[in-house]
Amino acid sequence: MPAMPVAHSFFSMNIHEYQAKTLFEKFGVYTSKGVAVKSGDEIDSALAKLPDGVIVVKSQIHAGGRGKGTFTDGFKGGVKVCKSKAEAKITAGKMLGNTLVTVQTGPAGRKVQTVYFTMGVSIKKEYYLAILLDRATSRPVIVASTEGGVEIEKVAHETPEKITKVFIDPAYGLADYQVRQILFGLKFNPTEQKNAAKLIRNLYTMFWETDASMVEINPLITTEGDLVEALDAKVSFDDNALFRHSEIVALRDLNEEDSKEIEASKFNLSYIALDGNIACLVNGAGLAMSTMDIIKHFGGTPANFLDVGGGASKDQVIAAFKIILGDPNVKGILVNIFGGIMDCNVIASGIVEAVKEVGLKLPLVVRLEGNNVVAGKKTLADSGLTIVSGDSMADAAQKIVNLVNNHATPL
Amino acid sequence: MAILITPETKILVQGITGDFGGRHAKLSLDYGTKVVAGVTPGKGGQFFEHGSHKVPIFNTVAEAAKATGATVSAIFVPPPFAADAILECVDANLDLAVAITEGIPVKDMVRVKRSMQGKKTRLVGPNCPGMVCPGEGKDSQGGCRIGIAPGYINKKGHVGVVSRSGTLTYEAVYQLTVKGIGQSTTVGIGGDPVNGTSHLDVIKLFAEDPDTHGIILIGEIGGNAEVEAARWLKANCKKPVAGFIAGATAPAGRRMGHAGAIVGGAEDTAAAKIAVFKECGIEVAATPSDMADALIRAAKAKNVKLS
Repeated sequence: MPAMPVAHSFFSMNIHEYQAKTLFEKFGVYTSKGVAVKSGDEIDSALAKLPDGVIVVKSQIHAGGRGKGTFTDGFKGGVKVCKSKAEAKITAGKMLGNTLVTVQTGPAGRKVQTVYFTMGVSIKKEYYLAILLDRATSRPVIVASTEGGVEIEKVAHETPEKITKVFIDPAYGLADYQVRQILFGLKFNPTEQKNAAKLIRNLYTMFWETDASMVEINPLITTEGDLVEALDAKVSFDDNALFRHSEIVALRDLNEEDSKEIEASKFNLSYIALDGNIACLVNGAGLAMSTMDIIKHFGGTPANFLDVGGGASKDQVIAAFKIILGDPNVKGILVNIFGGIMDCNVIASGIVEAVKEVGLKLPLVVRLEGNNVVAGKKTLADSGLTIVSGDSMADAAQKIVNLVNNHATPL
Repeated sequence: MAILITPETKILVQGITGDFGGRHAKLSLDYGTKVVAGVTPGKGGQFFEHGSHKVPIFNTVAEAAKATGATVSAIFVPPPFAADAILECVDANLDLAVAITEGIPVKDMVRVKRSMQGKKTRLVGPNCPGMVCPGEGKDSQGGCRIGIAPGYINKKGHVGVVSRSGTLTYEAVYQLTVKGIGQSTTVGIGGDPVNGTSHLDVIKLFAEDPDTHGIILIGEIGGNAEVEAARWLKANCKKPVAGFIAGATAPAGRRMGHAGAIVGGAEDTAAAKIAVFKECGIEVAATPSDMADALIRAAKAKNVKLS
């Protein structure tokens, strides 16, 4: 079976479309001229940089489905085609500072802090082009399709023959024959082929040199003049490589990130908010994922993923409790630590101090296993705090689910 | 016997003078592992001392291997330099490089993996807990411990464990040991998208190893490595196998980009992987607490003795 590309999904940093297009310009990936604004005062001078005619006004948030989104005040469409600069100015005014809800933002939506104006273009045909990492072959893969502007998942499922994939040997780079495979796969005419070849090569150079996790152009378009251009741009970068790309780090927009996740990262905690009511605090990503699973298995719902990493220091546990308690839905906490190398008694003392410091009132079940676990359990039991001890993961999960579902006070 | 390593295997530690590498080199020495050399460029000629142990430090892997006979490296080098450290092991013709380092850029691993094609050296990891081959002593002392896993939870025996996750591996090993069932070898292959040794590679070795009577295969969402291993097992291996997949409740939208989702396909979710496991005759652990019991059930059904 041919390998299917999968985005390496671990941790990657997203940027806005207008930032991606600035990078595109730098690397010679053709895109129409555009200008971004962050406040109403900047609109006139920004529009003055664009020629008269049709202007597209695009809300800049890190989520897809903008065009079909609705603002919380009822204004429809996060991407609007305007016939004049005057209309573009009014539209941008309505978007800036407004909150846009799309299929990808969740019901709370995202506040639009930047609006991007681009020249209107006449589209002859829409295509799809992306570069990402294929996990199965450990190589970059270029995915291209004659069907653009639609969901690529749908194309892959219903008409896989319309998708061309080339896997790139990192020792050689993108080869000419591979570029030709894409060009013929997309059925371009000779002028389009010439323009598209340059765009594809430059896009690959950008993907490789910036340590991108994914670059996606949907749609890539051809114009009546046979130009090939990136109408949209979605780019993300490998977090692990940011240390060597200060110019990329500067593009990070903290407004687009969950404030609790940012706070967590300061303490080397990996935290992802979910919508359940049982918080968990676990060491190790696999164990943290399966702790969420076991809560669900016994009839509860996890409020978060939280991995404290290999250890679990007192400061980390305190920070973790504070982050967890910042979520008003949380009705109980499950701590699951396998203290392989670390002393469970040290971890237990840290938990006791953390509970005291944050004045924890919610039910807390702690499952400790591993090195010096007997002393650790004794420390928890002797603390005078209402900490319920769980013997196995299953036991601990059942206990916290019962405590939360029965609204009972802990022992 | 065991797979890839034995209690006699001589190992070197790259990054032995760092906090992380040093701490775990000491724990491995305490476990009885033959840590025969350290490598830190610029510190060649010095010694890494711990109790009665005096481990020589070399500037290069090639020198260390030549002088001490080390065949395996444990890599604790920081992420910006880790890819280079792996390549140095390949150049020195080591049998095995075990990369513990977390946070290596994906592009570096893409290049390293390509460069290792056709070479003698096998890579385990990166971003992995390493490997343990338990010894005969108290708390399995005298074994070979490469990496950061706790040694004392192991017990010498006949179950092979393979997993991406460290703590989930410890969970499985601990459950086995508490029930009196020992392990032949435990392999943590690491959680990165581009890694050296796959689930399938390890499964094949366990299948061939006469000393391994049963296997625990621990996986998670994303990729198709577990599915590939399961299908191979169905066709090629009669040994009892228990499986667990973590991440049934993980939010899909959080982990994948748009193009990634396509392509992740139907076999990417926990539910789909569990279905394939069942279809391939793997006894599925319903919860992580059930991993050892699941293997006991599988062994009983096949009338195989695990201990």
